[in-house]
Amino acid sequence: MSEQKIDGGKRTWIIASGCAGAVGAGFVAVPFVSSFQPSERARAAGAAVEVDIGGIKPGEKLTVEWRGKPVWIVRRTPEQLAELPKLDPLLADPKSKRNADELTPEYARNEGRSRKPEYLVVVGICTHLGCSPSDKFVAGPQPSLPDNWAGGFLCPCHGSTFDMAGRVFKDKPAPDNLEVPPHMYLSDSRLLIGEAKQA
Amino acid sequence: MAEFQTAPTGAGTGQKLLTWIDNRFPLSKLYQDHLSEYYAPKNFNIWYVFGGLATLVLVMQILTGIFLTMHYKPDAAKAFESVEYIMRDVPWGWLVRYMHSTGASAFFIVVYLHMFRGLIYGSYRKPRELVWLFGCGIFLCLMAEAFMGYLLPWGQMSYWGAQVIVNLFSAVPFIGPDLSLLIRGDYVVGDATLNRFFSFHVIAVPLVLLGLVAAHIIALHEVGSNNPDGVEIKATKNEKTGLPLDGIPFHPYFTVHDIYVAAVFLFIFSAVVFFAPEGGGYFLEFNNFIEANPLKTPAHIAPVWYFTPYYSMLRATTDLMVYVFMAVVGLAAVLAILRGGFGSAVKIGIAVVAVVAVALLKTFDAKFWGVVVMGAAVIILFFLPWLDRSPVKSIRYRPDWHKYLYALFVIFFLALGYLGSQPPSAGGNYISQIGTLVYFGFFLLMPWWSRIGTFKPVPERVTFSAH
Repeated sequence: MSEQKIDGGKRTWIIASGCAGAVGAGFVAVPFVSSFQPSERARAAGAAVEVDIGGIKPGEKLTVEWRGKPVWIVRRTPEQLAELPKLDPLLADPKSKRNADELTPEYARNEGRSRKPEYLVVVGICTHLGCSPSDKFVAGPQPSLPDNWAGGFLCPCHGSTFDMAGRVFKDKPAPDNLEVPPHMYLSDSRLLIGEAKQA
Repeated sequence: MAEFQTAPTGAGTGQKLLTWIDNRFPLSKLYQDHLSEYYAPKNFNIWYVFGGLATLVLVMQILTGIFLTMHYKPDAAKAFESVEYIMRDVPWGWLVRYMHSTGASAFFIVVYLHMFRGLIYGSYRKPRELVWLFGCGIFLCLMAEAFMGYLLPWGQMSYWGAQVIVNLFSAVPFIGPDLSLLIRGDYVVGDATLNRFFSFHVIAVPLVLLGLVAAHIIALHEVGSNNPDGVEIKATKNEKTGLPLDGIPFHPYFTVHDIYVAAVFLFIFSAVVFFAPEGGGYFLEFNNFIEANPLKTPAHIAPVWYFTPYYSMLRATTDLMVYVFMAVVGLAAVLAILRGGFGSAVKIGIAVVAVVAVALLKTFDAKFWGVVVMGAAVIILFFLPWLDRSPVKSIRYRPDWHKYLYALFVIFFLALGYLGSQPPSAGGNYISQIGTLVYFGFFLLMPWWSRIGTFKPVPERVTFSAH
């Protein structure tokens, strides 16, 4: 083989047809890779959810499912609300400025990250790797938490902690505060999660 | 092609049949090349049994997997129930399932020991680099197999483990969220995810795995096995026969060893399958006996034991750790510029790269770097053949302090593994951070430390005393 002279013309055509084949293979790959995307049915399953929040007592949490994710509705006590401003120095992003467009709607860009100070509405999925944090509403020293704990949430997976406004503490794996989903109050006791038309 | 052979007159039916086949397919040749005339060093020790055991476990996993597939339903609504059905209603289904689940852990035990053998005897050094690379590819495939297989029972740990690992990909800047959407096929881990993981677990990855195993063995038999002395047996051949003086045919000399070891292994394996199939919560996590609930993460979530060292490294990468990385990059650059004998252009290049690296570390979240650290911890193994610069292969002829270094590496690897299985704690996190630095330091500084010290003279021939 090495003793034969390479036919330059033939070699060029071999390379050209090889490239054409590669391009064709690339096009054929498109439908296969596309089939990995969420199906039309999965896309359609994203409707808003209406919740009755009349029964939640102060200090209690209600979890509802929206787009397959847990959404928490926490009715905070006045003491818990009073603690929030004091925590600012310990938090990574107390004013919810990071990725504000995705995580914090305009009406929630306040100290309590809520439309109504009393009610916190957040997606209960840690911004680190998607675990669902557990409730640690009782203040004071306890396992896996700092001694000056003022109540909030602890992610069991990697130890990220959040305060009662879903704001992440400093030097934790989670980079962002918990997501506040679009929501609006239809009445005092009826909450709509998934839509936020400005009234 | 070889000449067409004819069986000698008066040959038996068996020999005639073999001749007929050999004229059409190299059966005898394959048997000779890989078994009866594959010469392996006679000084193999106990560390050399794990390759054979890994093959045994591979066959067992494929067989039990085929039978599980006959009863399992890859459907989010039915998966958990169908596994319970296999456990309770399918005759002997529990045995097949426990063999498969225990087999997964056994696979990692033998593969980790097999890799450690390669590490201490320098089996990845020239000319065995490709053997090592194919092996690393097998290790990656195994991790993919184990991870995707763990989703299939659709228990709480299956679900949340997959949720965490798939979300790892969303940490990649710019394309991350779309990438994890593409992997899940839905906005959360769901039926679509389960179905595609099933497809990957039962067909796609096993095909790649088998191909890599074949490549691993073909490459090994091409260059010949290393041995505990790190001496090339092909360097000393019998002048008449041209066969290595220190080599003995794999079959029957090592097949008989391997069969004996397989029997011992199966004793232990059966003991686990029959008496402790959950492995104390390490082989099958207790939370996985609860059906997946997308609204509630279990109080303590940890991957199965074989992933915990890498999981610890992921958890160890906090903001503080990223600052440590920045300091390390800066220090390395300063040392390279001051001590390295480079030209000024190269020095400027190093400074620029270091500044860019520090800027990137600062720009992206610790979350992303945690993922990078976790991935790099596995990928770095691929570079081992080029990181090790010691003049001898085997640990036997290295300076004694190298042995302590290997011991330190093993201790920290085990500590990382233990901590990764435990709930997060501040003290544990500091140890994982040190462990992460030790792990990467061991590999990244290897080009330097592996050359330092007084090496012992390597003998011409392997050391072996007949027993």
